[in-house]
Amino acid sequence: MISISNLHKKFGKTIALNGVDFNCVQGTVTALMGPNGSGKSTLMKSVLGLVIPDSGKIIVDDADILHGFDYRNKIGYMPQTANYPQNLKVVELFDILKDLRTSETDDELIREFRIKEIYEKKFGQLSGGLKQRVSAAIAFLFNPKILILDEPTSSLDPLSAEIMKSKIHKSKLEGKLILVSSHLVSEVDEIADRLAFMLDGKIVIDKMLAEIRNGNGDVRLGKSIANLLNKI
Amino acid sequence: MSLKILKYVFFDLMRSRFVLTYIGILAFISFGVSYFSNDEMKTVLTLLNIVLFIIPLVSLIFGSIHFYDSGEFTEFLLTQPVSRSSVFRAEYLGLSLALSLAVVAGLLPAVIIDRLSVGNVYLLGISVILTFVFTGLAYLASSMNIEKVRGIGLSIVIWLFMAVIFDIIVILLIYLFRDYPLEKFIIILTSLNPIDLGRILLLLKTDVSALMGFTGASFKNFFGSSIGMLLSIAALFLWVLIPYLLAIRIFRRKNF
Amino acid sequence: MNLISANRISLIVILFLNLIHTSSAKEIRVCNDCQPSTLSQAIAMSEDGDMIILQSGYYKEHDIVVDKQVSIIGEGNPVIDVGLKGNGISIIKPNVLVKGLTIKNIDVNYLSELSGIKIDYAENCVIEDNILDLTFFGIYISGSKNCKVRGNTITGVAKTESSSGNGIHLWKCSEIQVDNNRISGHRDGIYLEFVSSSSISENYSTQNLRYGLHFMFSDGNNYTSNTFDKNGAGVAVMYSKNIVMKGNTFQNNWGDASYGILLKELYDGVMENNVFFKNTIGIYLEGSNRIEMINNDFIENGWAMNILGNSEDNKIIGNNFVNNTFDISSNSSRNYNLYSGNYWDKYKGYDINRDGVGDVPYRPVSLFSLVLEKSPESIVMLRSIIVDLLDAMEKIVPSIIPETLIDEQPRITKSEHDKHKQPS
Repeated sequence: MISISNLHKKFGKTIALNGVDFNCVQGTVTALMGPNGSGKSTLMKSVLGLVIPDSGKIIVDDADILHGFDYRNKIGYMPQTANYPQNLKVVELFDILKDLRTSETDDELIREFRIKEIYEKKFGQLSGGLKQRVSAAIAFLFNPKILILDEPTSSLDPLSAEIMKSKIHKSKLEGKLILVSSHLVSEVDEIADRLAFMLDGKIVIDKMLAEIRNGNGDVRLGKSIANLLNKI
Repeated sequence: MSLKILKYVFFDLMRSRFVLTYIGILAFISFGVSYFSNDEMKTVLTLLNIVLFIIPLVSLIFGSIHFYDSGEFTEFLLTQPVSRSSVFRAEYLGLSLALSLAVVAGLLPAVIIDRLSVGNVYLLGISVILTFVFTGLAYLASSMNIEKVRGIGLSIVIWLFMAVIFDIIVILLIYLFRDYPLEKFIIILTSLNPIDLGRILLLLKTDVSALMGFTGASFKNFFGSSIGMLLSIAALFLWVLIPYLLAIRIFRRKNF
Repeated sequence: MNLISANRISLIVILFLNLIHTSSAKEIRVCNDCQPSTLSQAIAMSEDGDMIILQSGYYKEHDIVVDKQVSIIGEGNPVIDVGLKGNGISIIKPNVLVKGLTIKNIDVNYLSELSGIKIDYAENCVIEDNILDLTFFGIYISGSKNCKVRGNTITGVAKTESSSGNGIHLWKCSEIQVDNNRISGHRDGIYLEFVSSSSISENYSTQNLRYGLHFMFSDGNNYTSNTFDKNGAGVAVMYSKNIVMKGNTFQNNWGDASYGILLKELYDGVMENNVFFKNTIGIYLEGSNRIEMINNDFIENGWAMNILGNSEDNKIIGNNFVNNTFDISSNSSRNYNLYSGNYWDKYKGYDINRDGVGDVPYRPVSLFSLVLEKSPESIVMLRSIIVDLLDAMEKIVPSIIPETLIDEQPRITKSEHDKHKQPS
C-alpha cells in the first residue's frame, strides 16, 4: 500500500508537486493521467526515492520511505524509456538485479516476455522495442507487490503490449498494487480501476472509473473526464 | 556497496575504447621515454611531467563525461533496493580503479625497461593517488551540476586552476613576498594542491632533490623527513577523501 | 706495462743519481727474521746513498725517521703497521725514495697531522707506488721542493670533517708533481696551500668527505686529466692566480652544497676541455676574474654555471651545455662576462647560411632561474608546468633578463672537443 500525504516539491522556481494526497491499495490498478509537466513523473519518482520531496510523507506498507531503501524490494518499476549501457548484456543486468534484490526471480516471466533469446545480447544491439520489453520484464521479474509503470505500452510492440496488459490484469487479481501512468484513455479504460488526474502539481480527480462513468452517464470515458475537468 | 555494480562498471570501462586508448597512449609515451633514455631517474622525471599533466586532465574530463553518460543507468539502479551511497561508491571506485589500472598498465613499459625502483614505485603510487583525487573531483563537479556542459566545464576549470593557475599564484606570492620568511606558508600552500604535493614528493626521491636542497633547504628538510613525508601522503589522502565525501553528500540529496 | 717500465726507468735514474752522490753505496736488506729486522734499524745502519730493500713481511713500526739520503724499496709488498701510534715514515733529508710499501693504521690526532708519509723541508724526494691504508693524513709534504708523488693508493676512513685529514697535503711547496694517485676516504683528497709551479695530473680523487681537490694561495699550478668523482662538496679552489686546468673530469658531486668546482677569488686562469657531469652546480664562480673557460662539456648538471655578479671579464667560449636543468644562473642583473660560440641544447634558433652558427643570439639564463635567484623558495615549483610557462614567457619579454648576458654566436651542433670523453 502506498500512502502519500501533503507532498510538496519545487525545482528552483517551478512547482512540481503542490500538496499531493494520494493513497493506493493492493488489488487495484490506478491510472495516473495528466498533461506533460503536471507532476506525474515527479510523483512516481518520489515514490521510488529518485526525487526527494521538500515536505510531506510517503509511506509504503507502514514504513516511511525516508528510512531506507529496503521498501524498493516490494516495487517493480518500468521506466518510460530506459537507456542501458551499450556494452551491458541483458544477462549481466539480470545478474546485477538479482544481486540487489532479495526475492527470487519469476522464471515463467522470462519465457512470457521472450527474453531468453536475447539473454546474451548487449543492449547496444537491441532495438528500442526490445529494450522496452526487457524493461517490462524487469518490472515483473521479482514478483513485486507494487508495480509502478511509466507509460508501459507506449513503445512496446503490439504483441508485447497485449502481454503487458494481461500481465497487469493478472497481477491485479493476485492482489498487487499497480500504479500506471498513461496518455491513452482507451488503455486506461481497458486496464484501470481508478483514475488520478493531475494538473499543476495537484491531483484534481481521484475516482474509481466506474464512478466516473456512472456519474456522467456517458459511455465514453474520455468525455466523462473532460466533463469532470470542466467542473474544476 | 554492491560488488556486482562495481565489477560491472570496472570491466565495462576496461573494455571501453577510451580506456584502451588511454593505456595505449601512456604505454607509447612511457616506452618511448624509457627506451630512448639511458638514465632511469631521467625517465621517471620526464614521465612525472607527463603524468602530472595528463592524469588530472583525463581523470577530470573523462570522469565527468562518464558520470553523465551513465546517468540514466544510475537512475535505473536507484529504483532498485540499493542505497544511493552504495551506487555512488561502486561507480566512483569502478571508475577510479579502471583509470588507475590503465595508468599502471600504461606506465608498465617504463617499469619493465628500467626495472622496479624507488622512483618508479613513487611514480606509480602518485599516479594512482592523483587518479583517485581527480576522479573524485570530477564526480564532485558533476554531482553539483545537472547539466552536462556545465559539469564538464567546471571540471576543466578545476584542472586549469590546479595545474596552472594555482602555481602561478604561488610563484607570484613567493616572488612578491620574497623578503619575508615564507617557508612554512609555502609548505602549507603546496599541500593545498595535490599535483604539487605529488610532484614534490617524487622530486625528493630523485636526484633533483639536491637542487631543492641547494636553494630551498627547509623544503627538503620538511618534505624529505619522515614526518613531512607522512603529512604529505596524509594530505594526499585527504585530497582523495574530501572531494569523495562532498560528492557523495551532494549525490545523496540529488533529484533525478 | 708502460707505467711499470716508466717507473723502472725513473727508479734507475734515481739510483743512478744516488750513485753519483755517494760512490760507496750499499744495499741493506730487511726482513722479519734477519738482521736488520726493522726499517728503523736499517736506516740507522745506512749511509747516504744506500738502498734499503724491505722484504715481504709484516713490520710493526712507527715514527720511522728517514734522516739519511736513502732509497727505501719494498719487495713483495711489505706491510708497515703503524698501529695507531704516530706517524709512519718521516723524511727530513733530500733525495729520498720510498717505493712499494704498504703503510697502514694512522690514528686521528687533533694536535698533530699524523701521516702515512711525511716530508719536511726535503728536496728531490720520490714517493711512488705505495699503498697507504686507513690513514689520517696520507702523504703530508711541507716546505719541500721538486718532489714526485705518483702511483700511490691512499685510502682513509674519514667519518667527520673535524676528525679527518687530507689524502695528499702540500704546504709551502714548489715544483711538486702529483701524478696517478688514487685517493679516497679523507677530508680533502688533494690539498694545496702556498704551493707553486706544481702539476697535479691524472689523479683519481673520490669519496672524500669534503673536497676532491682543495687549494688556496697556490699560484701557477697545472691541473691536468684528473678525475674528481663523488666527493662530498666537489672541488673548491680559492685565492690563487694563473691556474691552468685541462682535461679534468668533475662528476657526481651531487648534494645540497656540492659543486663540480667552486672558484673563489681566482684570477687569470684557463679551464679547458674539462667535463662537468652530474654536479649540483658545475662551476660556481665567486669573485673570480679573467678565467677563460673554453671547450668544456657541461652535462646533466643542476646548474651548469652559477656566476655571481662580482665575477668579471671571464670568457665562456666553445663549451657544450647539454641536459642541464639550468645552464647559466646569475644573481646580478648586469653581466661583465663574454659568452660566445657555445652549444646550448636548449637553443631553438636556426642557421640559414649553414655556417654552424645560429642566426639569432641565445640567452642562456632562463626566467625561472632568475626568479630562483631572487626568491630561492620558488624552487618548490621546479618541474611544474609553470616553469615551462615562465621560460616561454622569457622569449616574449626578454627584457627581464640581463641584456648583455647573451651568446651572439651560439653553435648549432655540439662541439667535438679534443678530449671528448663520454662520461659513463
